[in-house]
Amino acid sequence: MLDKNGIAQRIAKEVKDGYYVNLGIGIPTLVANFVREDISVEFQSENGVLGMGPFPFEGEEDADIINAGKQTITTLPGASFFDSALSFGMIRGQHVDLTILGAMEVAENGDIANWKIPGKMVKGMGGAMDLVASAENIIVAMMHTNKAGKSKLLKRCTLPLTGVGCVKKIVTNLAVLEVTPDGFKLLERAPGISTQEIERATEGNLIIEGNIPEMVL
Amino acid sequence: MIKKTVPNVEEALKGVANGMTFMLGGFGLCGIPENAIAELVKLGVKDITCISNNAGVDDFGLGLLLHNKQIKKMVSSYVGENDEFERQMLSGELEVELTPQGTLAEKCRAAQAGFPAFYTPAGYGTEVAEGKETREFDGKMYVLEPAFKADFSFVKAWKGDEAGNLIFKGTARNFNPCMCGAAKITVAEVEELLPAGSLDPNEIHIPGIFVQRIFQGEHYEKRIEQRTVRAKA
Repeated sequence: MLDKNGIAQRIAKEVKDGYYVNLGIGIPTLVANFVREDISVEFQSENGVLGMGPFPFEGEEDADIINAGKQTITTLPGASFFDSALSFGMIRGQHVDLTILGAMEVAENGDIANWKIPGKMVKGMGGAMDLVASAENIIVAMMHTNKAGKSKLLKRCTLPLTGVGCVKKIVTNLAVLEVTPDGFKLLERAPGISTQEIERATEGNLIIEGNIPEMVL
Repeated sequence: MIKKTVPNVEEALKGVANGMTFMLGGFGLCGIPENAIAELVKLGVKDITCISNNAGVDDFGLGLLLHNKQIKKMVSSYVGENDEFERQMLSGELEVELTPQGTLAEKCRAAQAGFPAFYTPAGYGTEVAEGKETREFDGKMYVLEPAFKADFSFVKAWKGDEAGNLIFKGTARNFNPCMCGAAKITVAEVEELLPAGSLDPNEIHIPGIFVQRIFQGEHYEKRIEQRTVRAKA
């Protein structure tokens, strides 16, 4: 079974040379730590920066340079700043190659819910609805089950939706799955995890064809 | 040159009244119009609607207006950092309209650019699209979103000149440029107000035509919400 860093490490392999990538808050943020150093990638943050670098050294923080999680950041050579409308123009216009975000639930038809739990304080969707509605290439990073042990890969989402039919790929602590017209297609197993364990943790339709390889991190 | 300078924040906010709709720039606490917010607190205008991506924190930014119960309605994409906000929202004192962030930005830009409405894919099939017109283009579904209408825009820039031209810094740019010229009156506060001719016309982010009043801001606190650093190797 993978931990959060393991999930991020596996997703980092999906980041290809020349990609502009938007990383959501949580596990997706960790992906930046595992991207190969011999490829050229630029990270976009929807509050208005392309070419995000690591956190600043202590004493070098700039209140005017933050990411969408409101954390202080730095920029790398080639970086640019822009306004929010242009930023979402990049996203809506499909200029960003890959979007990685977290989710509370994903359905076998690609629906995603990640912004609201009825009865709890609603903080808002931020940029998530724009990202999932527009991105061509969306990878969801999440745990396979919730804290109560219930599957987060469902036939239909039970929570209010963030977007419909948009998720293409999911990387969890147990598996890599692709969303197909027939349901979740199992592509890879996490180290030491059996297909039976993945089946038990998946409520939606799980498609297992042939021998499922173990992930290579 | 058409001069846009006003001597101080008091002059800059002349005409604000109870019940008005205001746009306020900023993302979190980054790039917020600190001086205008402080003056709105001082003036005590009530029943206002604020269009702003976030709602500040308990003791800073729009949190100051919330604390005084001056805000009737917030139009935002994310409001998670504020206990008083949560209390007022749950008790029904505060009306909240949550809008996807890109849609929020574009509703400002549409007002600025003279579009009455636009189609966006964001929110299609979700509760955000409920009651809204939808339409298919090239096999994909879109939601019709109207432009905002506001009385004042309060924006913060890094440098500005007497003509109202603005230059922003870093990610403090965010919603500020989109809100310029998107309300009946745009008020810009700047860290550095310069004589006309001091700024290179090639480097202007927002031309002065979108700004009615500009003033030299004071005492910027520029609070950091999430100070994150790495250790020196």
